[in-house]
Amino acid sequence: MLSKRIIACLDVRDGKVVKGVNFEGLREAGDPAALARRYNVEGIDEIVILDITATVEARQARAHTIAAVAKEIFLPLAVGGGIHSEADAAAAIEAGADKVSLNTAALKTPELITTLAKRYGSQAVIVAIDAKRGATMAAPRKGGPYERGLYDVFARSGQAATTRDAIEWAREATERGAGEILLTSIDRDGTKAGFDCEMTAAVSDAVNIPVIASGGAGSFEHFAEVFREGHADAALAASIFHFNEKSVSDLKQYLSTLGIPVRI
Amino acid sequence: MIALVDYGAGNLTSVRKALAAIGASVWTPSAPGELARADGIIVPGVGHFDATRGLTDEWRTAIKAAVAGGTPLLGICVGLQWLFEGSAEAPGVEGLGVFKGTCSLFTFPENAQQKVPHVGWNSLAIPRDSKLMAGITPGTQVYFTHSYAAPVVEDTAALCDYGVPFSAAVERGKVSAVQFHPEKSGPAGLQILSNWLRNAV
Repeated sequence: MLSKRIIACLDVRDGKVVKGVNFEGLREAGDPAALARRYNVEGIDEIVILDITATVEARQARAHTIAAVAKEIFLPLAVGGGIHSEADAAAAIEAGADKVSLNTAALKTPELITTLAKRYGSQAVIVAIDAKRGATMAAPRKGGPYERGLYDVFARSGQAATTRDAIEWAREATERGAGEILLTSIDRDGTKAGFDCEMTAAVSDAVNIPVIASGGAGSFEHFAEVFREGHADAALAASIFHFNEKSVSDLKQYLSTLGIPVRI
Repeated sequence: MIALVDYGAGNLTSVRKALAAIGASVWTPSAPGELARADGIIVPGVGHFDATRGLTDEWRTAIKAAVAGGTPLLGICVGLQWLFEGSAEAPGVEGLGVFKGTCSLFTFPENAQQKVPHVGWNSLAIPRDSKLMAGITPGTQVYFTHSYAAPVVEDTAALCDYGVPFSAAVERGKVSAVQFHPEKSGPAGLQILSNWLRNAV
């Protein structure tokens, strides 16, 4: 049976791993390669490097960080942040990334999804969606959670509102050739209040490609919830692992006892 | 020296890195004629079956000749599919036909839980002894990412089940192939690559 994946996210700024709450208030969490090494030993399934300042400061994800992390692991490695063009993607892949994650660039130039999918295959293209519950969530209209406007998509690391809805955008990204969706709840990011299971399920049920849930992991129970109620194919977390609060191996043991398939 | 055939099907960085980690010397031949001096040949590949068009008649002839001469061959991902007769993904493109059958798309009923592509860690069943899978215990998980899969055949050395069973590894004589990515499958993947390398050099 296909395992549910546990993915560690390294938010990198100036070569260091950092982590904030609701995309703000960053604190340092260490050296990317050292963290990758630890997660590898603990049994992480995949690593994502996000150069969180890259988009805002128009800077390319640093090839040496990618190479340093890639050296430590024989696991899938995805890279996001500052991938604006085919050349940026090529540089990240050349440095050792297996997948690139497009966010702002895909919103601005959706054709880039197709270009990269054709060149590297869909498995190499993740479309990252940062979404926030819109004002309409307070008083849901008839028609349930699929109604437009319930999950507003933001660009530029959560700073710029767009006119897109997360479900529609996920569908379009899939049609354009994305191989996976990385869905982050801006409301939950770094809060440890749990994943937004309702949003994750709405997106996961709407597309036929894997959805990685992100934002809000604070306890082992939250992971179980997002796999069961959120229909997530993978769950991504950062702070819960970085500060040595929880180990990946303990998390997997816990999920396994609940009958959730994981790689142990 | 191991020849890593680059026919433009994506990223070879990870495969190179994994081979270096297990002590293999690798080069990327620039012409089919160079395969004659290879101790082993790897045909990698991610993405679309159509990319195997890059393996032109000259490459096919050189690969067949090397195999006939006893040079071990390893196909990875699309490289495995190419060793079958073809794939529904690119009906006009012929595989090498070492293994019988064609690759087909995973298809599931409307409301099935399964998504396509099959992405992630899945477990292996080991139906028989093989050199490639030596020491790999049944249930070992490896990393897959693909939408098309090869049928289970007599030469299947490892099976995986994603709603339907398919060949995760095949071996006949010195021709072996894996559908999963050994270079992305942690210690188990490196062991499988080492098994192959041991028989190649």
